[in-house]
Amino acid sequence: MATLSVCQPQLGGFSFENCKRNAVLEAEVTKLGCNIPSARKTGTTICGVVFKDGIVLGADTRATEGMIVADKNCSKIHYISPNIYCCGAGTAADTEMTTQIISSNLELHSLSTSRLPRVATANRMLKQMLFRYQGHIGAALVLGGVDCNGPHLYSIYPHGSTDKLPYVTMGSGSLAAMAVFEDRYKQDMEEEDAKRLVRDAIAAGIFNDLGSGSNIDLCVITKGRVDYLRPHDMANKKGVRLIRPVYAYKQGTTGVLTKSVIKLDLEVVEETVQTMDTS
Amino acid sequence: MNTRGLRSQPKDSVPVTGMGQQVGAYGVQDTLRSGFSSVKNELLPSHALELSEKNFQLNQDKMNFSNLRNIQGLHAPLKLQMEYRAARQIQRLPFLQSSHLALDTLKGNDESISFEDILNDPSQSEMVGEPHIMMEYKLGLM
Repeated sequence: MATLSVCQPQLGGFSFENCKRNAVLEAEVTKLGCNIPSARKTGTTICGVVFKDGIVLGADTRATEGMIVADKNCSKIHYISPNIYCCGAGTAADTEMTTQIISSNLELHSLSTSRLPRVATANRMLKQMLFRYQGHIGAALVLGGVDCNGPHLYSIYPHGSTDKLPYVTMGSGSLAAMAVFEDRYKQDMEEEDAKRLVRDAIAAGIFNDLGSGSNIDLCVITKGRVDYLRPHDMANKKGVRLIRPVYAYKQGTTGVLTKSVIKLDLEVVEETVQTMDTS
Repeated sequence: MNTRGLRSQPKDSVPVTGMGQQVGAYGVQDTLRSGFSSVKNELLPSHALELSEKNFQLNQDKMNFSNLRNIQGLHAPLKLQMEYRAARQIQRLPFLQSSHLALDTLKGNDESISFEDILNDPSQSEMVGEPHIMMEYKLGLM
């Protein structure tokens, strides 16, 4: 058991004890030419759009670790409350933990007020927490939901600034997705049009950005109903391999030009019989 | 009441010793209890967030109290601080885990979850404080 002469009781939360040691280690390792392991990012395309009755959120499903795909089918649309969902880009662990903490806080808040939570509440909680940590928590989020005041869509940046807009995109593929939105967005779309628009925006991100890939997940939120479509569309299917590869060619593939038969004359020289021991 | 305490404390004005060594007898560092020291370790924080996180609760409280004072008058923060002081005294001896239930309810921490509750939970820390030393520190005998 480790007993130290600790004078004050320990506090919870982040501990910065090892920061100096880590800085020294990183300098040493870089001198030797290696890299320290990097955090798993989601290198993502996420987007959301407001349509006539609600919100459509969309995301791809690839998680990268440097240049390697760490997860081919990760879920980037996180649950916040029954009427609010949040897509996350940036460091995967940060988005996961942030959305879980805010989801718990919203649940406690809604139990205390006995009302369905509002999207603005979730937005305010997220931005206050992200600003407190000055951008060191790398979570870029698209928050959308339907509450008593109608559908709302927010984009939240890692340093704590937020935007309330009718259509938003985030992540490394955000420019490709935003191009699709800017071209085809209309106010008060129908649900099928909105789903098709989001699907095309995410597909643009998947095909034009290295950090995004695999399938397209959609989440349609309307008053009283949430459709979590996972996967909505498999944009990149792995090729199907033949179980028994057929390498033999059919008869007649090669044309026959000439045919000659040479008979070999063989004569019997010696004949011996050897009995087998079958005991 | 000292009204200076109701102003919020800016980050730069946190005294250097708040982050550095414990001062023992005669005002010299306590090498026996807190190990060797170096000026660089004491002056610079190891992470940009270290200072701001250390004083976060303190600054939040000061900001809330000064808002209350401006809106409702001096009596509001005075009464609240009196209640906080009373609730803070309901705890076990320092080396044991106390729940701080009354204090948490007053501050509203019972209805929120943050990183203080998830990471480095003090009830599950691997180090145990030495009871005698912690009691002496609390009573001011050290």
